[in-house]
Amino acid sequence: MSAVMPAAAAHAQDGDDAQSVLAAFGWALARDVRIALRSKAELGVQLLFYVIVVSLFPLAASPSRDVLGTLGPGVLWTAALLASLLSLPRLFTSDFADGTLEQIALSPRPLTALVSGKIAAHWLTTGLPVALMAPLLGAQYALDSALLGMLSLSLLIGTPILSLLGAVGAALTLGARGGGSLLALLVLPLYVPVLIFGAGAVDAVRTGVAAGAHLSLLGAGLLIAAVAAPLAAAAAVRIALD
Amino acid sequence: MPEPSGRRAFASPTTEKQATSLEGDRLCAQRGPATLFAEVSFAVRDGSALVVTGRNGSGKTTLLRMLAGLTAPAAGEIRWRRSVARPFDERLRAAVAFNGHLPALKDELTAEENLAEWISLGDRPPAPVAIRDALAAVALERSRALPVRLLSQGQRRRIGLARLRLSRRPLWILDEPLTALDGEGIDVLRGLLDTHLEGGGVCVAASHQPLPIAPERQQSLRLEADASAFAGSAMQ
Repeated sequence: MSAVMPAAAAHAQDGDDAQSVLAAFGWALARDVRIALRSKAELGVQLLFYVIVVSLFPLAASPSRDVLGTLGPGVLWTAALLASLLSLPRLFTSDFADGTLEQIALSPRPLTALVSGKIAAHWLTTGLPVALMAPLLGAQYALDSALLGMLSLSLLIGTPILSLLGAVGAALTLGARGGGSLLALLVLPLYVPVLIFGAGAVDAVRTGVAAGAHLSLLGAGLLIAAVAAPLAAAAAVRIALD
Repeated sequence: MPEPSGRRAFASPTTEKQATSLEGDRLCAQRGPATLFAEVSFAVRDGSALVVTGRNGSGKTTLLRMLAGLTAPAAGEIRWRRSVARPFDERLRAAVAFNGHLPALKDELTAEENLAEWISLGDRPPAPVAIRDALAAVALERSRALPVRLLSQGQRRRIGLARLRLSRRPLWILDEPLTALDGEGIDVLRGLLDTHLEGGGVCVAASHQPLPIAPERQQSLRLEADASAFAGSAMQ
């Protein structure tokens, strides 16, 4: 037993190099995707929620092409926000409740990389399916192929931001009473810029203006969130465990 | 090495001349306005165990979480191998195996998969043979391929023991390790602790029942709850 102790200590010293960061990211990504795929019912409910919310509006609003075409991008984007919000508790809450989050935070691997991996897994299991389903659902709003393409593209850039910002909120509300509604209050205002530029990009195509500016701003937001959000979420996880 | 100066606590150091690896120096814990304990000092040598006792709400779990590096002490410091260990200290994280109140198992995964995930979280390649051996050692080889949600409380605790067996960490922190274990499970724990302490490992455990550790390897620390403190659970 004592022979392995120096090895463990030596390992801790190079804990920050790029390889161990990548390994930690990969570990968390693979684990969370695996667990998500084991609980397919939960995953299905979240995606079905997206489908149903999107499908309700054409039934409620006037069935004219103009109204639906104007409404469509906003509805699809808002539903994507809600689907992301609905799935956020999956990120940390179950790990917090069963004690695995303690083990993750106490592991020798860098916590920020582990949290990044979990966020990536969250996006792969919610954001990506939502972006891929959007063109199918957009057909209900009589959107043409150019609009549907832009819708998918804007969701592909925008939904990772939702997962990243949401992770910070999810980590901050860990262990709080009424965590779910608090999470919505905390996260939805942060989602607003993503909604504006995401739906704006599709609307720009519809009105015949170039969507480049919207997409650039979304991309910039993604880069900033990808750098800052995992750090903030990891710090919040440590505070939650204290 | 400073003499233990416990005002509210008592530590009985063993007489063995071995290196001190874990020290608590005038530790103090606070939960809201209540002081759980104050001025708790102790030193644990390699190859020995510190058994923390005390009434419900006296801060045993809080002390254990401090030593694991999950919680910062309100005052005082913790030293691991002579250097101060702050919460989430890198050296401490490489050294500690923490078995808390919670099972730390994913219901969706099998016992085998849970152990494999845990080992690779510790940055080691999971060896299927070693995992199978560890599960056999805790008499769970027949349930190893079942999802954990189908297992009983005692069986989950046994997976925790298998995790300790696989851990290769020098500092074990065990919160109520006897909970839900049957006689056979306690024998398994005795064997694990013997091997661990024999190899120079350190263990800190909180328990209401006597632990299966040889008396000469054991020192005790009794936390006396402050009369004004809330007697609630110290866990979050």
